[in-house]
Amino acid sequence: MIESKSLILHTATRFLLPLQLLFSLFLLLRGHDEPGGGFIAGLVAAGAIALYLFAFDVPSTKRMLRASPHDLFGLGLLLAAVSGIPALFLGKPYLTALWWELEFPFFGEIKLSTPLLFDIGVYLVVIGSVLSIVMTLAEAE
Amino acid sequence: MPELITTIAFAILMASLIMVVVRLMLGPTLPDRVVALELIAAIVVGLIATYSIATEVASFLDVAIVMALMAFLAAIGFARFLEEGGARNA
Repeated sequence: MIESKSLILHTATRFLLPLQLLFSLFLLLRGHDEPGGGFIAGLVAAGAIALYLFAFDVPSTKRMLRASPHDLFGLGLLLAAVSGIPALFLGKPYLTALWWELEFPFFGEIKLSTPLLFDIGVYLVVIGSVLSIVMTLAEAE
Repeated sequence: MPELITTIAFAILMASLIMVVVRLMLGPTLPDRVVALELIAAIVVGLIATYSIATEVASFLDVAIVMALMAFLAAIGFARFLEEGGARNA
């Protein structure tokens, strides 16, 4: 795989990567009641990292990620599976949605829930699977 | 009045979409077709934004943002392919 020498692409990637990851987090946390959620947020984040991969190369992308896509995939599946367990302790069926409302001074109330945990799991699974496909293609090139 | 304006905007965007598709099919070289594909993505972003105004659903603007990001990624992918010496006249 020939790495790109374009200064414009390198500089634009350094600006766009954090912005696009922030946008993916916004989509992830807004999900459930409004458009968004784990899947599209994962796709946006994977797009951001694929942009980095296009601008640089596979080893530097792996160094930037600090975790292999397979680990992200496994962690996501684990989170999604674990998110169903708290319902069992309350005598409800597996994966029943539970909501907690926490009051924080200055911030107001924050709603935590098992669907949020499930969505974060989906987010990591989508990032992991898309990146492992893209990286395999880039290495084969 | 807003309905009339969005209808005119839709008509102009649709006409440009048709003209770009003609260029995509005729386009003598591969770079011509790549530019036509990028233009289609830009017009679709405009269509989504106009639809968001016409239906007054602000959430559709996020769809336009995601569409623009993916089109940017596709542009870089195509540029890499052409840089590496993909078939020029295919």
